[in-house]
Amino acid sequence: MKTMLFLPELLLITLALLCFFASLGRPRAGFLQAMVMVFATLALIASAATFNQAGLLFYDAYQVDSLSQLFKMILCAGLVLVAWAGPGLRGIEQRLRPEYYFFVTLSTLGLVFLASAVELVTIFLALEISSFALFVAIPFRQPQNSREQFEAGIKYVLFGAAASGLTLFGMSYIFGLSGTTHLAQLAPVLPELVASQPLAVLGMVLLLSGFFYKLALFPMHFWTPDVYQGAANETAGFVATLPKLGAVILLLRLVSLAGVDMTQLTWALGILAVVSMTVGNFAALVQNDIKRLLAYSSVAHAGYLMLGILAGNPLGQAGAIYYALGYLLMNLACFFVLYHLSSDSRNLSLDDLKGLYRRSPLLAFTLAAGAFSLAGIPPTIGFTGKFVVFTAAFQQGFHGLVVLGLINAAISIFFYLKMVRAAYLSTEDGGEAVPLGVGTRMLGYVLILAIILLGVLPQGFLALAKTAVAQLPL
Amino acid sequence: MEQYLIFNDLSYPIISVLLLLPLIGALLTLLFKSDRALLLWGFAVTLVTALASLPLYTHFDASTAQYQFVELRTWLPALGLDYVVGVDGISMLLVMLTTFIMPLCVLCSWSYIKERMKEFIFVLLVIETAMIGVFVSLNTLLFFLFWEAMLIPMYLVIAIWGGPRKDYASLKYFLYTFAGSIFFLASIIALYVQTGTFFIPELMGQPFDFAFQAWIFLGCTLAFAVKVPMFPLHTWLPAAHVEAPTAGSVILASIMLKLGGYGFLRFCLPMAPEATLYFMPWLIALSLISIVVGGYLALGQTDIKKLIAYSSVGHMGFVTLGIFLLNDQGIKGAMLQMINHGITTGALFILIGIIYERTHSREISVNSALGAMMPIFVLFLGIFSLSSFGFPGTNSFVSEFLVLLAAFSKYPLVGALAVVGAILAAAYMLRLLQRMVWADSDGHDHHDEDEGEGKHHVLRDLNLREIGTLSFLVIFVFWIGFYPAPLLDVMDASVAHLIEQVEAGAGPETLHVMTELSDKVGALFTSSAPSAANF
Repeated sequence: MKTMLFLPELLLITLALLCFFASLGRPRAGFLQAMVMVFATLALIASAATFNQAGLLFYDAYQVDSLSQLFKMILCAGLVLVAWAGPGLRGIEQRLRPEYYFFVTLSTLGLVFLASAVELVTIFLALEISSFALFVAIPFRQPQNSREQFEAGIKYVLFGAAASGLTLFGMSYIFGLSGTTHLAQLAPVLPELVASQPLAVLGMVLLLSGFFYKLALFPMHFWTPDVYQGAANETAGFVATLPKLGAVILLLRLVSLAGVDMTQLTWALGILAVVSMTVGNFAALVQNDIKRLLAYSSVAHAGYLMLGILAGNPLGQAGAIYYALGYLLMNLACFFVLYHLSSDSRNLSLDDLKGLYRRSPLLAFTLAAGAFSLAGIPPTIGFTGKFVVFTAAFQQGFHGLVVLGLINAAISIFFYLKMVRAAYLSTEDGGEAVPLGVGTRMLGYVLILAIILLGVLPQGFLALAKTAVAQLPL
Repeated sequence: MEQYLIFNDLSYPIISVLLLLPLIGALLTLLFKSDRALLLWGFAVTLVTALASLPLYTHFDASTAQYQFVELRTWLPALGLDYVVGVDGISMLLVMLTTFIMPLCVLCSWSYIKERMKEFIFVLLVIETAMIGVFVSLNTLLFFLFWEAMLIPMYLVIAIWGGPRKDYASLKYFLYTFAGSIFFLASIIALYVQTGTFFIPELMGQPFDFAFQAWIFLGCTLAFAVKVPMFPLHTWLPAAHVEAPTAGSVILASIMLKLGGYGFLRFCLPMAPEATLYFMPWLIALSLISIVVGGYLALGQTDIKKLIAYSSVGHMGFVTLGIFLLNDQGIKGAMLQMINHGITTGALFILIGIIYERTHSREISVNSALGAMMPIFVLFLGIFSLSSFGFPGTNSFVSEFLVLLAAFSKYPLVGALAVVGAILAAAYMLRLLQRMVWADSDGHDHHDEDEGEGKHHVLRDLNLREIGTLSFLVIFVFWIGFYPAPLLDVMDASVAHLIEQVEAGAGPETLHVMTELSDKVGALFTSSAPSAANF
């Protein structure tokens, strides 16, 4: 029975090993892509199958519950979509393509571990697995005429190392104050500590810093634009989406652990959330490179997510998960368009989107759905997500935060609209049509439908998420 | 919940049909190839929608303030969100206005739109669904969804088929309205958190404390004031109007601006009555400024479309003025003014579109002295110009008269200032009429000039399609002008109920303060001050 609980991880480990062995030979790219998609789908099914089961593995350091399984489902779905969105890996250097899948799988595996880790050191290990794999994968880019990709790799490593250091530092404080690293044993004592000991607040904030880095929340966001810009389009699509989910689940667990009332911790998180939104949106306003624009927008979205997390009520927590799913879909939609539009895998600027409507109606519409969803315009998942998160924060009395969040949403409209305007309204021809394969077209339709349908009918997923967060704090 | 509603007893779900017809029609545009077929299809769909909306008027029960033709379906039980739609005396006429203006929008695009016809018809029909949706929603979130659903298609109308500065104008429109609606959303969330319901009738007349009401009121007002638009949030309107294609201008002027006025009546007054009374002087002041500034700016325009756009700001000032006078005549006058402005200004924009198609200019100087060339055009222009500044016997006279009556009976000073706006309107419209029909201001017409030579010899007068479009509106100009009772009677019960709600919601203390204020304002006049505020 225990094996059953560990099945999604086992499947992913198998997949990683297969990718590794495949990289020793000369596999066809299509074969690897299909393999990743199949195994990730199997892992998704395995996670879904164990959704209602619970158990503790590895000396209580590893907890399987509906929350972790829900996140594993989203993560595996994300991996499927990432692999699906980048057929042929045009942006990756030829000889490194098999390895690329290996590292991406490994990184996802780390995040999956993160979803179940309920002990500080295990959490740290999982965090490092997912980061290290990406440290290696980010510079895997077709040699461009610059050293951007190495800059991106170095930046990610240095920031990651610094963030890991902070996390460990915070863990040491928490361990020193409470004498345990198990979240289950922390739960009864931590709210008391956070309320009475400033050191505990400091420890918590430091501990959370590592996840802020993953989530690209201010002040750990400085790497984001450079890394997105330097990484290949398909890698950026991965870095922009999946690690954020890992961060969300841990933040959910840790913040609910600390007990959210109007303590300093909530205030600290609230301020970070608002500053994130503001900094992200204002910086995005002036970007011309689309990946940099999306990077800054992701900083802003980290802020919206935080609102749901720090609201700390079931609606907010479920809303944060829902928003994270929406974020995955809409961001992947944008990166999917970038990948297919950039035939020579260079970085695209807003000018490159001109006339997209004529070159490929499907890509243009996918971009529009993604951008409008990011902007939070109904009837997309982006709107519904924001609505749920804001409502939850409002219920907890964070009126000021909600108003600031709404103002930010209004500001962000401007640069998302820039993308859509370039795609739809420019009179220039822009170039020849973009050829799309059948699978690619399918993915376009899937993304559009998911963004709109989940936005109009969030009932099912929100119910799942509510079931999942019912176990918090743990 | 049921006490507010009269469920639909017609043989078909009329409101859902009205919402779905244009939407399905929009999806089916994908099947058409030729522009002519698309136009015919668009006209057919909008016309059928208009005819389908007739029972709303014929089967309307004017004796009750309850919502009628109601349909209720659960949608998101977790949030307590229902699909619930219905109309009362306040929204029914606006739905009718929407459904009857839309076919005209298709007709006036017949030769104006030259490219991307399929998208144009599609977008037009989507806008229709969204606008009807706003008027019939009895659920705040549903209201908001429709409210936002209008934004993108209207943006596209301006941005794709607009004039030379369409990029700037469409973006300005989008950002203004979106920024406004953000605060509206905050208010909706606050109301939901406070009461746990999205159901509009239940949110009315709740005993919220004053501070909460004030925030709600301000949040909603911001969104509606942008839409109306009220000074100082009106600057997007002239820009959008000048660049938009004819149909876009007609939709904007005739229907979209009314959403703002409707919002005030549906949200601000009944949900935050105390705050409404508290902020009333400010809003009345802003309305007056809108009336005067709109008129004054219209005087100075050389571009016909801009002139009409600024006149819209003035006319809509009468609407908000009527609403915030908070008495029976004022609100009815405001309601009627909304309908009239929709008819008259819509017609004026159609006329401008017609002349632009012929001379490719919107400058008054280029389009002067048309009297001899285009007698039929001039006839219509004359009728609608007179209607625009409220000439007795035309529709606007009734509504402006009602609003002025309400103003004079309550605060004579306000009435006096509003009259200035009415005089300004007469001034700019008559000047426009004089120049366009005979000559420009210095008395010589362009026939003597070289550059004008031959230019006017090619102007065709109106064709049958254009005559038909405008004649339809002329009927309403005189009908409402001479016999407005059928429209006013329909509003009776709902308006009375609304005023009741405001009075019940405003505590005796507020009423007392308001009475004092009204006496003070009255004392400014040497004429006898009203002894008591007649709420």
